[in-house]
Formats: sequence, C-alpha cells, structure tokens
Amino acid sequence: MTTEIQTKRTEMAVEERERYYQAGQWQLVWWRFKKHVLATIGLGILILLYLVALLAEFVAPYRVGTRFEGYGDAPPTSVHIMANGELTGPFVYGTTRKLDMKTFKTNYVQDTSKRIPIRLFSRGEPYQLLGILSTDIHLFTTAGNTPVLLFGADRLGRDILSRTIYGSRISLSIGFVGVAISFVLGLVIGGISGYFGGLADLIIQRIIEFILALPAIPLWMALSAALPREWSVIKTYFFITIILSLIAWTTLAREVRGKLLALREEDFVVAARLAGANWPRIMRVHLFPSFTSHLIVTITLAIPGMILAETALSFIGLGLQAPAVSWGVLLQDAQNIATVAQRPWQLIPAIFVIVTVLMFNFLGDGLRDAADPYSV
Amino acid sequence: MLTYIIRRLVLLVPLLLAISFVIFLIIQMPAGDYVSTYVEELRVSGVEVTPDQIDNLKRRYGLEKPIYTQYATWMKNMILDGDFGRSFRWNKPVRDILLERVPLTIVVSLASTAFVFLLAIPIGIYSATHKYSPLDYLATFIGFIGLSVPGFLLALILVWVMYITFDVNMSGLFSREYVDAPWSIARVLDMLKRIWFPMIIIGMSGTAGLIRVMRANLLDELQKQYVITARAKGLPERQLLFRYPVRMALNPIVSTIGWILPAIVGGEVLVSIVLNLPTTGPVLLEAVQSQDMYLAGSITLFLSILTVIGTLVGDLLLAWLDPRIRFGKAGE
Repeated sequence: MTTEIQTKRTEMAVEERERYYQAGQWQLVWWRFKKHVLATIGLGILILLYLVALLAEFVAPYRVGTRFEGYGDAPPTSVHIMANGELTGPFVYGTTRKLDMKTFKTNYVQDTSKRIPIRLFSRGEPYQLLGILSTDIHLFTTAGNTPVLLFGADRLGRDILSRTIYGSRISLSIGFVGVAISFVLGLVIGGISGYFGGLADLIIQRIIEFILALPAIPLWMALSAALPREWSVIKTYFFITIILSLIAWTTLAREVRGKLLALREEDFVVAARLAGANWPRIMRVHLFPSFTSHLIVTITLAIPGMILAETALSFIGLGLQAPAVSWGVLLQDAQNIATVAQRPWQLIPAIFVIVTVLMFNFLGDGLRDAADPYSV
Repeated sequence: MLTYIIRRLVLLVPLLLAISFVIFLIIQMPAGDYVSTYVEELRVSGVEVTPDQIDNLKRRYGLEKPIYTQYATWMKNMILDGDFGRSFRWNKPVRDILLERVPLTIVVSLASTAFVFLLAIPIGIYSATHKYSPLDYLATFIGFIGLSVPGFLLALILVWVMYITFDVNMSGLFSREYVDAPWSIARVLDMLKRIWFPMIIIGMSGTAGLIRVMRANLLDELQKQYVITARAKGLPERQLLFRYPVRMALNPIVSTIGWILPAIVGGEVLVSIVLNLPTTGPVLLEAVQSQDMYLAGSITLFLSILTVIGTLVGDLLLAWLDPRIRFGKAGE
C-alpha cells in the first residue's frame, strides 16, 4: 500500500521535473511570476484599469463634458440599499440646494421623500463603443434627471467619476507611448554604445551622464512651457511624451549597454560575425533576444515614472490643458488648501494615480524576479 | 586625493558651461519673448502699444540681438559682475530674487537629504537583520508607498489631513506673523517648527528607494564568509555588524547621492509649489509661464549646479571612504 503511493509520488515528481525541463523560457517566467502574489494582483488590477479606459463610454455614466445644472461642486451622492429598514435595490435620494445665509456656502440636502433607483445596463446618453458600435447602454445610470455622482461634481457640475474614467485614457496611455519612444532611443543609442565601444561609447556615456546630472523637473517645466497654448490636444500630448522621453531613454540605454558589453564577447556573437552577419543583424537576431526579459522589466518600471511626470506637469498647469482630460488636469481643481478642505472629493483622481503606479511597481518587481527563471 | 579633487573640479567647468548653454537654449525656444507676452497682456487690459514702443522695449532688454550674443552677454555679466540679468516680471535684478529664495531652497533641500539618509540607513539595517519580520514587511510596504506617491500628491493629501484633524494650515514655511518679518531668532524657531513638514514630504520617495538599496546591500554582505568567520570567532553580534558589513554596505549608498539629489531638488520644486514655500519653485513656475527668461534660466541653472555639486560631494566622499576608487581612477 505504502509502496504504491510512494511509486505514484515519484512518478509525479518525475513528471513534474520533466515538465520543468521541457518548458520554454517564457513558460518558466510565467510559472515563476504566478508565485509572486503582489505582482499577480498588480497585473489583474492593471488589466482592469486598462479595460475601463478602453470601454470608458460604457463604464462612465455620463459623457466627459455633460454638465448638471445646479450641481456645481456637489459632494458625492450616497447610495442607499436600505429603505425603512428593508433591503432594496440601490437607490439615491433626490437633492435640493440650500444656501447657508451665514457662510454663503451652498449646501446639498438629501430629500428623503424622493427615491431614485440606480439601474444597471440602462439607457443613457448615446455613444459609439470602440468607435463602431452605436448604443446608449451604460453600466449604470439613474432614471430621470437626478444624476448619480459617485465621486461628486466639479465646479461646473460635471461628474468626477466619468471624468476620471475618461481621463484614464490619456494618463494610462502616456506611459506606454513615452516608454515606446524612449525604448527606441535607448535601444539604438545604448546598442551603438555597447556594441562598438571606444569613442562612440565614450561620447554617448558623457552625454548620458550630463542628462542624468540635470534635475528633470525644472527642465520639463521649461520645455513644456515652450509648447504653444493654441496647439490641439493631440499635438500637445505627443510633444509632452517626447519631452518626458528626452530624459527617460538614458536609463534604458545604460541597461542595454551594460548587457551588450557583457554579451558581445560571447562565442555565439563571434561565430555570427565570422559567418558574415553584419552588426544590425547580430544585434537584432542574436543579442537583443537574449535579454528581452530584462528589457521588459526595465520598461515596466519606467512606465509609472512617465505617468507621474505627466500628472505633475498637468497639475501645475504646464502639461495638457483644459479641454483635454487626464488625471493631472482633473487635479488642477484641487490645487489650494481652501478647495481641498471644502471639497476633498476632488482629490479622488489622485487615488487612481497612486494605485496605478503602485500596481506597476508590484508588477515590475514580480517580473524582475521572474525574468531570470534559471536563477535560484 | 588632492589631485583627484582638482581633476574633478576642473571637469566641472565644461559641464557647467554646457548646462548653462542648454538651459539658455531651452528658455529661448518658445515662440516670442517676454516683450510679446507683456505687450499681449497690455492689449488684453486695453492699452494699445505702438510698434515703436515694442522696438524700444526689445532694445532695452537686448532681445533684438542674435541668441549667442545674448548668451555671451548673460554669461559675461554673470561671471564678472554677478549680474544675472533682470527679471521682467518682478522688475528687479534676478540676483535680488535669487538672494531671497536660494538660501531657503538650500536649507529645505539639505534638510530633506539629511532626513533621507538618517532615516533610511537605520531602517535598512533593521530590515536586513530582521528579514521577513513584521517590521521588515512594514518597511517594505512604506517603501512601496513612498515610491508610488509622488511628493506633490503626498503634500496635497497631508495638508488636507492636517487641516481636518488638527485644524492647522501647513502651507508656507512661516506662521502668518513671521512671513514678512526680518530674520531674527524667533523667525528661525518659527521656521524650524514648520520645516519638518516639507522635509518629510520631499524626502519620502528618496527614503523609500534608499531603504531597499541599503537592505539589499547589507543582505549581500551578511552572506559573505568573513561574517561567518567573525561570528565563529565569537565576535559580539552588534560589534560584528557595525564594524564590517554595515560599513561595506554604506559605500554604494554614498554613490546613490548622484540620483537622490536630482530627485530631491526636482521634488522640492513641485512640493514648494503646492505648499507655497518661499523657495525657488513657485518663482520658477511663474517665470517659465511668463517667459521671464533670465529669471527662469538663472533658477534652472542654480538648481542644476546644486545637483552637480551635490553629486561631486558624494563622489568625493566615496573616494575618501573607498581607496579602490581613488587609486583606480588615478591609474587610468
């Protein structure tokens, strides 16, 4: 009996080991990555965030510019599920505005006599999903003209939740676009520096050191202030990413160079050279694939920096401007202590920035551990 | 050591010149100049400006000359007379504004740097020696938060928290009665009562990064054989820890000054805008927005010099601590 179980166990162990030996590198990386709990959570939340950004029209209850008359600076609407001690579907109460005659502050008072149910998958403002599908179904809305403002409203009575969801499009994509630009720069310049060495290496390294010595934020400020105000959102967006990439490529270039310096003396490179391959081919076919996993880690860890930089620039008013919506632009409303103290809900977009960056850091950390699956 | 210092100082000169030129180019890049901004402002407020007046204004500020002449004049005046040009917006010499703002910028930056190192090194040592203990996890958690929450957001959130819990307004570096007061002991004391707030906020991300570096370095050292030998010889744990591995782990920490300082100086700019500190940050923002180019250029130059010199001090410290660097460099 016991021997039977034991043989079964060894069989399984052998199978397990065989599976390990036969698995490709990426399979191993994935197995290792799955063990890192925080990184898997990070990956899940990021996928969710990007999905929401992609399907913004559906998830957001209202359009980005929809204004609700009489709801300027309204606090978040509270959602109730209990009415008269009974469990019901989620609903909100109607609100009435009252002016406090002492402080001249507008107060929003709940009118408990009016109950407005929240409906899932209900009809609202029409839109085009992913640019093709015309529909008017939203994840949730309310019936009638009492809006549900889960994150409150801004000065003009626009729903902050909807704006945050739409804003995630710029905030989440700018990291990728910026990293893509710095990736190309870093790969080419770092590649030249590491592969050829000598004078080219010396000059490129001095330039990188020079850029790294400069404090990035004042430079970004000066550069983005130089962008004309009358430019379109797309154009400004594009140039802001270029400005951010101007400094970000240096870290990538250093990483690439370090790896190439170590790899270029390897036998397989010499063999390729003797076989008559030219240097772009050696780099593309033989060298870069051998440290792709490390490049992915560096890229993952570079994205949050980009997101933060865009948020910071837009926040102080030098990045994207008002018709554009990004998390940094939304935070412009929360610039001084007076607004923050009276309308703390305008800080909510900051939570999204922090969560996104935190999740990217978790993900990058997990990827770094998984990138080298043969290490112990 | 002396030759090393001199060599590094000589190398600093072309670096600073290059920095100043790049900054001047960037500041000059926007279409138009201060005069056009100024004229536009006058137009908006209803004052008509004739082309003659515009030419006069341009000549007064030397804006009609080519860029390299402007740069040469700017540099010549700066080096020979300590004249940084004139701020169009404030209508006074840039030097006066710098004298007012720069000392406080240095104080806040240095305080934040000191905070980073004084806090991160002990926590890093504790984390490494008590690996996977609850406090180690706490340190890792705080580290992640510090890396993910940028200073200006932290400032916003903390200002709000302080306001609703203690009903105090933490923006600014002085209480209301000392803002415009001349320097006195009471004013310094008042500043000390408030400076910890920006200090913690600016230092947060640096501290987070440094804890991780210190922990990783010390963990590497603690696995080495000399530690086992020393322990086998019966050296008391505390003495063993601080005499060898900690000192070895500190060397890479010193070299992190190179990236921590630019981060602190840059972070200070953003945090000081949020907290409205009387440092160079808010002035820089206003200057780049209104194309007040000599002011913006001078402040950016000053901030760059601050980081470059800080990095140099870090390198010198490292050379002094680690003879391998001293001789390695000299032997090249």
